Amino acid sequence: MTSTVTATSPARDALMMVIFIAAVLTMPIWLTPIGAGYPDLLQKFAIYGIFAVGFNILFGLTGYLSFGHAAFLGVGSYTAVWAFKLLGMNAIPAVALSIVFSGVFAAAIGYVSLRRAGIYFSILTLAFAQMSYNLAYSVLTPITNGETGLRVLNSDPRIFDRMFGGGETQGVLLANFFGIELTGYAGFYFCAAILIIAFYVSLRIFRSPFGMMLRAVKSNQNRMNYTGLNPRPYTLAAFVISGMYAGLAGALLCVTDPLAGAERMQWTASGEVVLMTILGGAGTLLGPILGAALIKYFENIFSAFNDTTLAQFYSFLPEGAQHFMVELSSLFVGEGWHLTLGVLFMLIVIFLPGGIMEGIRRLAALFNRRGTGGGAAANDAGTVPAPAE
Amino acid sequence: MGILQVNDVNKRFGGLQALNNVTLDIEEGSVHAIIGPNGAGKSTLLNCFVGRLVPDTGTVMFNGKSLLGIKPYEINQAGVSRVFQTPEIFEEMTLLENIMIPELAHRDGAFRINGWSSVGGDKEVRDKALAMLEEVELADKKDMVAGSLSRGDKRRLELAMCLIQEPKLLLLDEPTAGMSRADTNNTIDLLKKIGERGITKIVIEHDMHVVFSLADKISVLAQGTVIAEGLPNEIKGDPRVQEAYLGGAHL
Repeated sequence: MTSTVTATSPARDALMMVIFIAAVLTMPIWLTPIGAGYPDLLQKFAIYGIFAVGFNILFGLTGYLSFGHAAFLGVGSYTAVWAFKLLGMNAIPAVALSIVFSGVFAAAIGYVSLRRAGIYFSILTLAFAQMSYNLAYSVLTPITNGETGLRVLNSDPRIFDRMFGGGETQGVLLANFFGIELTGYAGFYFCAAILIIAFYVSLRIFRSPFGMMLRAVKSNQNRMNYTGLNPRPYTLAAFVISGMYAGLAGALLCVTDPLAGAERMQWTASGEVVLMTILGGAGTLLGPILGAALIKYFENIFSAFNDTTLAQFYSFLPEGAQHFMVELSSLFVGEGWHLTLGVLFMLIVIFLPGGIMEGIRRLAALFNRRGTGGGAAANDAGTVPAPAE
Repeated sequence: MGILQVNDVNKRFGGLQALNNVTLDIEEGSVHAIIGPNGAGKSTLLNCFVGRLVPDTGTVMFNGKSLLGIKPYEINQAGVSRVFQTPEIFEEMTLLENIMIPELAHRDGAFRINGWSSVGGDKEVRDKALAMLEEVELADKKDMVAGSLSRGDKRRLELAMCLIQEPKLLLLDEPTAGMSRADTNNTIDLLKKIGERGITKIVIEHDMHVVFSLADKISVLAQGTVIAEGLPNEIKGDPRVQEAYLGGAHL
């Protein structure tokens, strides 16, 4: 039984990259039939895809489960809005500064949290993130504008804007990319381009000696130590990189909608990225993006349902039964959509611990077997995880 | 002056004197066996060489440099590799990756971010790793996940991981523990084969068959004290050694 772990080659990676780019850029076309082909949702797919790809570099490769990555998302958002306020509405400085600030913030939190492993590490990151959240709400109000949220005002300095004569604008201030306003499809393509870059960087890391060392951290730290490798800086580097990805995602949330609120740092947001990564397949390249898109898609569908739409849906039933079904279903939709997410998550973890990617691999193995008439080549594809795939 | 000098090392765990004034001088290029009954302090002594334990008193000098108080990875970078009782390998990774990691550690040091180059594209490291796998007769399994190997093969792999780093000193902690007779003999053959490289080896062992097949010199440890030291033939006939083994722990 040989596994497929090293069945990667530059040619295969190049092919995957080409397909990935094509798939991302044509999302507005092929997602329209399932009702997801509009910019607001597509932007979310791209942004949370970046968030999950970065989280996966930490969790998927090193196995360190952070429960506080929303803090970096928040730091990225606040930095972006401050960059808009002070420098101007161009997205590039905002994005760059967000990456830097969230990286510094991640280095500080990671330095302390990584002194512990396992559940203690998770709890430490959770504690730091909740502290950040509460600070953003209370003491740091001058920076974060507390409950109202931080937004860009017409009276803000925005020095570059004023320098180039675009100072006073009528109406809402929007982020731009050298003059192109980043709303709607322009906003989506901006995020999509960054998603493609972010994915490519993650691919390079996965295939690099550094990525191999990160997988070694997950596999056997004792052996690493006795092999002359110091695991601590490797985990810290992974933590900082994934923090920077989170900051980038946070910045893009503000690029598409220049408003930063503290709720972005809440533990539910940290939990969401864990769900996305596990749902898609932790340690796989594409899994986290699929997980992110799937969760955002279902969130969009299920949270849009209300009792009226449900009543219409069950209108073929007799009145009593209709009433009962509406009552029952309404628990799982609208505000209660997290209940659906919980059920989905349980099913995945129990039946497909490797996430969607494992499901795809199993299906592929099934088809292979049919095709070759019960060929022996595919019989282990589902049981031996191939983390590099 | 040996490559590893252990001077008056003492280690106490609560009421137990695990090591009692242990002094050893390991000659460069030799195979030095440390034997002794259960609980004699063999593993404790080994742990003092690799940074896992710090002795209460005494010194451990490697190539004229103290090994005390520095981290395991620093000791490895100085040229000391270690094989564990239970093979410590990267179970979830392929054999080839298992070998490439120590080679990269040897070449690039304890920490380096090279996140932009490709492992597959590093022909130098890859070829060296493949040659090493060839040498321990695991080359045909290079793409297998290491966790699926047999116990004997895991040991081979672990040895290969140590050897590719070209260590000056190789510590073997019961290299044949829990192995079948056939695997044990295979491992002895392999160790003899790598003996030609002239790496200094310290073998901690229970199995007299293994010890007498490999060792140039033997130290006998009992209750934390070196009770005898000499060539294999001298040790074989030493009444104190027989007493320690056959008489068991005298009260």
